Amino acid sequence: MQEILEKLEQKRAEARAGGGQHRIEAQHGRGKLTARERIELLLDPDSFEEYDMFVEHRCTDFGMQDQKYPGDGVVTGSGTINGRLVFVFSQDFTVFGGSLSETHAEKIAKIMDMAIKVGAPVIGLNDSGGARIQEGVASLAGYAEVFQRNIEASGVIPQISVIMGPCAGGAVYSPAMTDFIFMVEDTSYMFVTGPEVVKTVTNEVVTQEELGGASTHTSKSGVADNAFENDVVTLHQVRRFFDFLPLNNREKPPVRPSYDDPDRLDMSLDTLVPANPNKPYDMLELIEKVVDEGDFFELQPNFAKNIIIGFGRIEGQTVGVVANQPMVLAGCLDINASRKAARFVRFCDCFNIPILTFVDVPGFLPGTAQELNGIIKHGAKLLFAFGEATVPKITVITRKAYGGAYDVMSSKHLRGDLNYAWPTAEIAVMGPKGAVEIIFRADINDPEKIEQKTREYTEKFANPFVAASRGFIDEVIMPHSTRRRVARGLRLLKNKELKNPWKKHDNLPL
Amino acid sequence: MPEMFKKILIANRGEIACRVIKTAKKMGIATVAVYSEADADALHVRMADEAVFIGPPPAAESYLKIDKIIAACKETGAEAVHPGYGFLSEKTEFAEALEKEGITFIGPNKKAIAAMGDKIESKKLAASAKVNTVPGHIGVIPDREEAVKIAREIGYPVMIKASAGGGGKGMRIAYNDEEVREGFKSAQNEARSSFADDRVFIEKFVEEPRHIEIQVLGDSHGNVIYLGERECSIQRRHQKVIEEAPSPFLDEATRKAMGEQAVALAKAVDYRSAGTVEFIVDKDKNFYFLEMNTRLQVEHPVTELVTGIDLVEQMIRVAAGEKLSISQEDVKLNGWAIESRVYAEDPFRGFLPSIGRLTRYRPPAESESVRVDTGIYEGSEISMFYDPMIAKLITYGKTRDEAILAMRQALDSYYIRGISHNISFLSAIMNHPRFIEGRLTTGFIAEEYPDGFHGGVLSADGRTTLIAVATMMNAVEVGRAGQISGKLTDEPPSYGNDWVVSVDGEEVPVTFGLTDVGCQVLIDGTVIPVETDWMPGEPVVHGKVGGRQVAVEVDRLQEGYLLTHDGVSLPVVVRTPRAAELAKLMPEKVAPDTSKMLLCPMPGLVVSIDVAEGEEVKAGQALAVVEAMKMENILRAERDGVVASIKAKPGDSLAVDDVIMEFE
Repeated sequence: MQEILEKLEQKRAEARAGGGQHRIEAQHGRGKLTARERIELLLDPDSFEEYDMFVEHRCTDFGMQDQKYPGDGVVTGSGTINGRLVFVFSQDFTVFGGSLSETHAEKIAKIMDMAIKVGAPVIGLNDSGGARIQEGVASLAGYAEVFQRNIEASGVIPQISVIMGPCAGGAVYSPAMTDFIFMVEDTSYMFVTGPEVVKTVTNEVVTQEELGGASTHTSKSGVADNAFENDVVTLHQVRRFFDFLPLNNREKPPVRPSYDDPDRLDMSLDTLVPANPNKPYDMLELIEKVVDEGDFFELQPNFAKNIIIGFGRIEGQTVGVVANQPMVLAGCLDINASRKAARFVRFCDCFNIPILTFVDVPGFLPGTAQELNGIIKHGAKLLFAFGEATVPKITVITRKAYGGAYDVMSSKHLRGDLNYAWPTAEIAVMGPKGAVEIIFRADINDPEKIEQKTREYTEKFANPFVAASRGFIDEVIMPHSTRRRVARGLRLLKNKELKNPWKKHDNLPL
Repeated sequence: MPEMFKKILIANRGEIACRVIKTAKKMGIATVAVYSEADADALHVRMADEAVFIGPPPAAESYLKIDKIIAACKETGAEAVHPGYGFLSEKTEFAEALEKEGITFIGPNKKAIAAMGDKIESKKLAASAKVNTVPGHIGVIPDREEAVKIAREIGYPVMIKASAGGGGKGMRIAYNDEEVREGFKSAQNEARSSFADDRVFIEKFVEEPRHIEIQVLGDSHGNVIYLGERECSIQRRHQKVIEEAPSPFLDEATRKAMGEQAVALAKAVDYRSAGTVEFIVDKDKNFYFLEMNTRLQVEHPVTELVTGIDLVEQMIRVAAGEKLSISQEDVKLNGWAIESRVYAEDPFRGFLPSIGRLTRYRPPAESESVRVDTGIYEGSEISMFYDPMIAKLITYGKTRDEAILAMRQALDSYYIRGISHNISFLSAIMNHPRFIEGRLTTGFIAEEYPDGFHGGVLSADGRTTLIAVATMMNAVEVGRAGQISGKLTDEPPSYGNDWVVSVDGEEVPVTFGLTDVGCQVLIDGTVIPVETDWMPGEPVVHGKVGGRQVAVEVDRLQEGYLLTHDGVSLPVVVRTPRAAELAKLMPEKVAPDTSKMLLCPMPGLVVSIDVAEGEEVKAGQALAVVEAMKMENILRAERDGVVASIKAKPGDSLAVDDVIMEFE
């Protein structure tokens, strides 16, 4: 009997060795951790339950029958992050370069099925050279099996992808369909076609890093939600991020003890908005002073910086924050900002996370670059997302809320639950100068009159009281009391129930 | 007894306006503030009973406008004006204009202001009042031999200076006849080329000079007393940085001699207010008169703390005609006080002024040993229009060491974010052995930081503190994280008590444990108890570490914390032993070599790029102009080189550290 038990241990040791010491060292040499080391850092100590450790591939072509590694290039299982259940797959680059075989895909599909069944998030640690070419179409089928599950799991359980090595070709579409993508600086890249193919087809010479490195996807394409210095920091941040998310779409977001008084007043917010309406200020300061302990997990901080999205907590419970950033492009909405925020709003709505919106928006960005690329439909995405969201929605207008962008930014008219404005708010069709130049077009050459009319318009409309008189603003609040107002609002909206009409699904302007 | 004012106006802004308002309030006098457009939200405006708007931000159009101040007095019925320091405080025209309107000037008579405002006049007055002046020859010196003769009379070493001089140009030190001959010629040449005026004069060169000044106080009944001295030797480019009272250098006899000369000078000009007589003191305690400041000094609080006398109150009382209630015998110096000037400037970037919003501002708590004189609050703006002072931090102790320790702790808990500040520099000086020994000269900063400031040095105690504090915070945060809702079981995850702290390139294994009063951390075989009520989110950890009262500032990093203590900021990461092992496998990321780049020193707009790619540049050559807050800043080459590539163009809006150009 003892012998049999020892044999299991021996087999386990073999599986844990992955592609062997030599390849593990090579992996370390690239500044990367192995699949199992990553899981160790991601999960609570001793919480990992591994499945399918002895799965092997079934390929018999090209000499593959002689090369078998238990586990077949991916480590799968469940575990906990701060005690909460999560399913994990971690591709093992030391085994066949982490390439995806039919059986490798089956292992991933298995834990995804289980995750959907029990209602727990899936985190994928991607480090794979791509399809197992020796297997041909069986490998492609494997990808599709994973894709299909990504799709079915979408909106049911949160899915997080962490790109920790190569992720190329069809492989990118699994992460693409998950809710969040994090990357590791300098050691990860994602692209549909690599630099060699690009050169052959379009004659462009481009490096892997330029084409699909972390900086490209976090600042230019917006594909990744953020990137961190190395494997250790990245996994630490993923743990921190996980604590913001509910486990599934039937649960409320998690709560953890907060040491921050919900009634805390922040007097410095009274001087946040500068006297000069054209002078920018940093909206992040407001967010950090409103959420618990100043702890804000910003997503896509380097992409479409004219809008800020991310998670914070109020009274220990997660809120999603969307805010215009006057520091960049005056905080106006453009294609990228609309897309960035729309997807975030929809995530929050899927998973019962209240949405807190801070508004300082002068309008949509004008120009051919925007119009010819379809700002109409892209802008509509954000409008659609806010409008369909049934989670608690609290909006605070700090300064400008002009034109259609006012409507878009979680306005009262889009079923905003509590819409507040600071005394510095200006809710109008457009800025006073522009408005006067249209209304008094005939007097355009009379600067004195234009100036007088501008002053008149400013006095009349550049304030929150016109909107408040119509009930479009529930209350004009002191900036310093913002946190208290928001906390009270969330408390009162805790049991909000609102349903959209039955439909198979909506048809948002994709 | 003459009648006290019912209402006074403070013709100033910032901390000094607030300072004067505080005393006026204590005395039951109503206060009027004046403010420019830039100061509409300023603290002095909020503190005063009334506030009058006096014009646009530039001081020349507001705080220096005599007619506007007088109009404000009339409008509000203020009977007297306290000028603070700077601005109109030493302008005879202002004192005259007030007199004409029947408004009292809370300061000396205009004659004293005028006499002391003139460098030559004041020296002559001093000499006739038997006050020591720096031996020298003020007249024009015709030739070299005459110069040698004068130098011998004065006694070596001597300094040869350009009459029109300034900024060290045309200045030579000579220790013998030969050096005078050489120095005279070259000083003359330099003076001619720099100032188109080749007149030079010779005076005694003061070795190891200290700046020590005497506070005097006079009334309109002929009484003048001195309130001891202040040493202000810690200066950077003639700007005082740290002041203290008393001076660690003076003995009772010298103090008395200096005090009596200061009083003699004050009496000579019928001085009737608070004033300061500045002396330069050499290594043998010889002292020489420099000048007299006919106003309240910035550093007056150190005198207040050691004498217990409110100088502003005394100024108001004597201005109202009261007789001094204190006699010279009543003046006793108790304990030690030190003042640090907290400035909005970046010590790591050549003390470049920093302007902008104070997004976070938590001064240390005031107590018997800590005083904070400030004119700002969290959310205030440090504007480009005025002195970038954030506050004066003054600490008090029974001894100098106590005052220094209190200062170190107060600086450690001084939390300022949003703009750069010089706290780390002040901390470094407070921890500098030479400062602690009191071996000061006016050259202290230039000698100890010849290549600028690059951060303080972490002491052994500091290292222990950082490790213990980080371990404690990690334990609190890990414990809290385990209390999240939705866990599989009620049990939080368990990590054990062994951790590894990564600090300053070291991996230090520690063991964490709870105790009855807090927790303890085993570091290098020693148990360090930690007592604190810190909670996550608080920016400063206050508590006792290893029995020492400490304050540590905390900023969050992507992994771990950036801890600031004793003027040193270091990233500190706490990991499980296994995580620490894995972290060691991570490659060191080399920061890009910025020595071959021109980085934008401040957020701003590129006005012009003055060189082209491939161009050879010389050290000091203008490379680009960046406009920030309407100020054009010329960026110059630090060394000779060739421009490899230009990354910015005129009109670009750049952030701090954006690359403007690279060199080969």
